[in-house]
Amino acid sequence: MKKEEKLSSGNDNKASNLIEALKAVFTSDALIYVLKRFLISLVTIFAVITVTFFVMHAVPGGPFQAEKAISAEAEAILKEKYGLDKPLFTQYLTYLSDVVTRFDFGPSLKQRGRMCLDIILDGLSVSAKLGVSAALISLVTGTVLGAFAAVKRNSATDRIIMTLTTAFVSMPSFIMGTFLLMIFSLNLNWLPASAAGGGISGLILPTITLSLYPTAYITRLTRSSMLDSLGQDYIRTAKAKGASGGSIIFRHALKNSLIPVITYFGPMLAYIVTGSLVVEKIFAVPGIGRDFIGSITNRDYPLIMGTTIVLSILVVFMNFVSDMLYRAVDPRISLE
Amino acid sequence: MNRISLNCENPEYDFLPVTESEREYKAYETESSSFFTDGVKRFLKNKVATVSLILILLITLMAIFIPFFWPYSYDKQLGVTLGEPVDPSYANLAPFEYGATEEARRANGEFVFPHVFGTDSRGRDYFIRVIYGARISLAVGFFASIIVLLVGLTVGAVSGYMGGAVDTFIMRIVDIIYSLPDMLMVILLASVMNAALKNTLNFPFLEKIGTNIISLFIVFALLYWVSMARLVRAEILSLKEREYVLAAKASGADGKRIIKKHLIPNSIGVIFISTALQIPSAIFTESYLSFLGLGVNAPMPSLGSLASDALNGVTSYPERLIIPALFVSVIVLALNLIGDGLRDAFDPKLS
Repeated sequence: MKKEEKLSSGNDNKASNLIEALKAVFTSDALIYVLKRFLISLVTIFAVITVTFFVMHAVPGGPFQAEKAISAEAEAILKEKYGLDKPLFTQYLTYLSDVVTRFDFGPSLKQRGRMCLDIILDGLSVSAKLGVSAALISLVTGTVLGAFAAVKRNSATDRIIMTLTTAFVSMPSFIMGTFLLMIFSLNLNWLPASAAGGGISGLILPTITLSLYPTAYITRLTRSSMLDSLGQDYIRTAKAKGASGGSIIFRHALKNSLIPVITYFGPMLAYIVTGSLVVEKIFAVPGIGRDFIGSITNRDYPLIMGTTIVLSILVVFMNFVSDMLYRAVDPRISLE
Repeated sequence: MNRISLNCENPEYDFLPVTESEREYKAYETESSSFFTDGVKRFLKNKVATVSLILILLITLMAIFIPFFWPYSYDKQLGVTLGEPVDPSYANLAPFEYGATEEARRANGEFVFPHVFGTDSRGRDYFIRVIYGARISLAVGFFASIIVLLVGLTVGAVSGYMGGAVDTFIMRIVDIIYSLPDMLMVILLASVMNAALKNTLNFPFLEKIGTNIISLFIVFALLYWVSMARLVRAEILSLKEREYVLAAKASGADGKRIIKKHLIPNSIGVIFISTALQIPSAIFTESYLSFLGLGVNAPMPSLGSLASDALNGVTSYPERLIIPALFVSVIVLALNLIGDGLRDAFDPKLS
């Protein structure tokens, strides 16, 4: 505070203006809202870590139950190696500090000699390719189709687009995936059925599968908000001014119609993360989703916790970002 | 309308039969209809929603009643008879084909009930398995949304009505649960609870469905109530400022009575609609989990696990994938359309 007074007393108008503006920002509802949302995100991630830890340790039998008849001695050695002999709360604190400071999820129980983090990063690099391209495809195709359907509303094209998107929205991803697999790799033999061999061609079908639902959703979202903005007064004004059709659609209508699409960023990522679990199973993609399901069926506890935490952080973070973007783009939205 | 005042000098006019034009006029003055019958009328005018409703009712009736008279059961392997070698002719039958012993019976002129969808790789009648799958899916959807309704309604109503610290506390919890990645939590909790429940529960009925489904219900009760609670709370917050609530308070009604008699009945439309929309999403979740192998226990089928099993032989027997896939998609689509129809019919504010 003192510093500010000094600066503003120096008759430096520009600086004082800047400080006034900064002051306004720091005391504004907007910043408080951002901080509040950030805090909630942090608490959520903390809750995820805590819940996964205690839930995983509440499983009866413990992690070595599935092993074939293990001697008490060997079990004691194993437990000591993995730190399972200490009291639960100490284990929790060690785990928490390892995760927060070093992103260390400990060694995998089933894939001997590998750290969970390495497995997760390997999987994530494949899944990220899949997820990011699916997200981009859905955003571009969805907005284009949606805008097109709105401009040509009630035409045959509009009806076809709406019928198809309705069907895609109600079809579970595992069904779309298996149908694509049947048609394009088993019947037509155009694309490989499995992505396990590596290479781009193996990732095409999983990417399409993953992007169908968000594409359909974004198309519907864009169409309805585009219809809404095409009916607004400023469109009529633009028309009256003699603006060209293209400029009305792109500069005036579409720009304003994209706001709801931004709110869908977070849910879209959440969908892509959960959808990838199924898609990676169908197409044998060596991604993080397969690691997650694999770790659950093998009872690889550290890997279950690691994948859950990493994916949760991803989803929570994206939700936060999309919420902030939404509020930054649309000043009409009150900050609670 | 103003006949009396117009014809007061001519009273016998009142006793004449109505003219044609008057009758037409009267037709518009029907008795006032309630909110509910109005909504039903509006709903039935919506063709898409009505067809969906009929479809869902049909599937539900089939799922409930067909298992009672169908001659095959979902877990009987037709080629397997006690004390005899397995008859391989029953496995992987195409629709309307028969196994070896059945062919022999048919040759004798006996009537053998057809395998409408064929049999699966273990020689189980596929039609009845699909019907059981639909039964599981619908039951899960229905009960899960009831659980969500009960938990969400209670928490939301209490939070909205109490206000203050209780409200803030509950809403912070809701915020946290809301931003959790739900499907990951469902999978995690389902897998853990499955291990925990296996040893403690031993009712024969529950064993059949499997602990996974029970844990799915528990997870629904733990996680999915939040959006319902938010909705109910927002509704209560706006309703509790109304005059009739003040009047009830003034005449000495306690909080419980106000929530039960005034607030909930007035927000019932919105609650009803979002419960209806909860059903398809629960069905989605169940088939998704079953597809990943985390759903119902074998041999009990679910539409998701049927699709998952069919993946292995998809080149030779594509119909085994297509049939359950079609069922899931039609059920989810129809339920969504019904939900949309209900929203248009019962919530005039939204349309």
